[in-house]
Amino acid sequence: MSAAPAVDAERIEKRFGATVALAGLTFHVDAGELFGFVGPDGGGKTTLFRILATLMLPDGGRARVLGADVVADLWSLRPRIGYMPGRFSLYPDLSVRENLGFFASVFGTTIEHERGRIAPIYSQLEPFADRRAGALSGGMKQKLALCCALVHRPEILFLDEPTTGVDAVSRREFWDLLGELKRGGLTIVVSTPYMDEATRCDRVALIQRGRLLAVDTPARIAASFDRPLLAVHVADRYRALLALRDAPRAQAVYPFGESLRYADSRADVGVDAAAADVRAWLASHGISDARVEPATPTVEDVFIARMGAPAAHEPSAGGSDHR
Amino acid sequence: MTDGPAIDARDLTRRFGGFVAVDRITFDVRAGEVFGFLGANGAGKTTAIRMLTGLLAPSSGTARVAGHDVLTEAERVKRAIGYMSQRFSLYEDLTVRENIALYGGIYDLDDRAIRERTDRMLHRLGLEQEADAFVRAIPLGWRQKLAFSVALLHEPRIVFLDEPTSGVDPITRRQFWELIYEAAAAGTTVLVTTHYMDEAEYCDRISIMVAGRIGALGTPGELKQQYGVPTIDDLFVRLARPGA
Repeated sequence: MSAAPAVDAERIEKRFGATVALAGLTFHVDAGELFGFVGPDGGGKTTLFRILATLMLPDGGRARVLGADVVADLWSLRPRIGYMPGRFSLYPDLSVRENLGFFASVFGTTIEHERGRIAPIYSQLEPFADRRAGALSGGMKQKLALCCALVHRPEILFLDEPTTGVDAVSRREFWDLLGELKRGGLTIVVSTPYMDEATRCDRVALIQRGRLLAVDTPARIAASFDRPLLAVHVADRYRALLALRDAPRAQAVYPFGESLRYADSRADVGVDAAAADVRAWLASHGISDARVEPATPTVEDVFIARMGAPAAHEPSAGGSDHR
Repeated sequence: MTDGPAIDARDLTRRFGGFVAVDRITFDVRAGEVFGFLGANGAGKTTAIRMLTGLLAPSSGTARVAGHDVLTEAERVKRAIGYMSQRFSLYEDLTVRENIALYGGIYDLDDRAIRERTDRMLHRLGLEQEADAFVRAIPLGWRQKLAFSVALLHEPRIVFLDEPTSGVDPITRRQFWELIYEAAAAGTTVLVTTHYMDEAEYCDRISIMVAGRIGALGTPGELKQQYGVPTIDDLFVRLARPGA
């Protein structure tokens, strides 16, 4: 494996009219890495993926993928890339086998010739080989799309929200497949709105309004949370949520699985002191059944802390979705 | 208006040829409850929802929604409920205001009611400045909140939400859930489907459909205890794909 990065992006910019979709992104993806982008809708993920997949020209900056420039070396680069767009983009009236055969033929190969590479996925699809793609379940559609993106043996995969709308079990299966492909040496760049999936990546980039807020391992991103964070277990969550929103030291309060999360605004206060304040505040609002305990920050908590406040109250700030 | 359950399904069944999509499901949803209707893709959720919303006749069994029989009183059911899905809720080529007026008209609200409710809704959502913007030009998260409010425009007793937060980032998803809580606190019954298992934990009760049947039903806390699992995600994986 070469030491050169699989993706090397410098100050990539893209505008659509007055909207700045990408405001100068600089990052790299190592060869063999599973690299995730997470960010709000309209944050720029899809635009970035299109540029890296040689389907859209940047307005500024430059990007090299597999050592080739995404603009100058477009035609030599494209066959080395696999791209799975966010929207289901196979032919719904063709069968599973016909779709796959078509994408193979576009790149001058056949299903039979590529069987070794696609076997782990194709074996799951084969029982439905004659079914129309449009009649597959959500999870199977995504597996077929992945298979089509792999059939020409790309060296890098760009997957734009591959598991959106897919049930929890199929998502796990999909990510198990990605793990298998990564072990086979493939570089994978993926975007997702699911925070549990972000933690399965080697490194994650948080992107918002066309800018990168953080690029690091999931563990280090989670560890960067620098305020007291509490889990509040209470019967009437909605009432507790509204009460805690008004607490003087609350930075963010939000539902989190079976409990509420409370992030304190003070960096210089211990978690126990913050918990005592929360208990007292809830009690003064007639809520006496709360169990308040320290919570371990996750990537999701960091995401909410860094992206929460400003975007939430500006309807037009996120820009439109460029799909 | 009755004090009975908002939804009362008894042995509700739907066959397509030889395939039993929904197989004798029995459950009720209490008035004011947030009920999570979970299941893997293809487990029968959509078919069940189509029957409960009066869009598809059951093959056998019965269901009463807001006190009306879904087969013999389908039109009354449709007036008593609101519906929103991620995909087909608003017209992107109409403005925010036009979308609200369209749905108000469909539900027979008079012009004055539409005007008043539009102003109230735009104010509550903080969308006054976007009132005359095309829906396609506003961010997805705001479109979803608007779609939810539009589904409640005619003040239905029950609202069906079919994957309302699919593909939405964690912050926007939580803002959306606060709207759900708010509606429930005001007495609206909510039946919601989702693929986010953390959202399942936000519901008062959940059911998990497996191959056309209800595989589990209860509060998230009860179910986790009953099955000895730490999260609903673990329960879902165990039930939805036995042996996986």
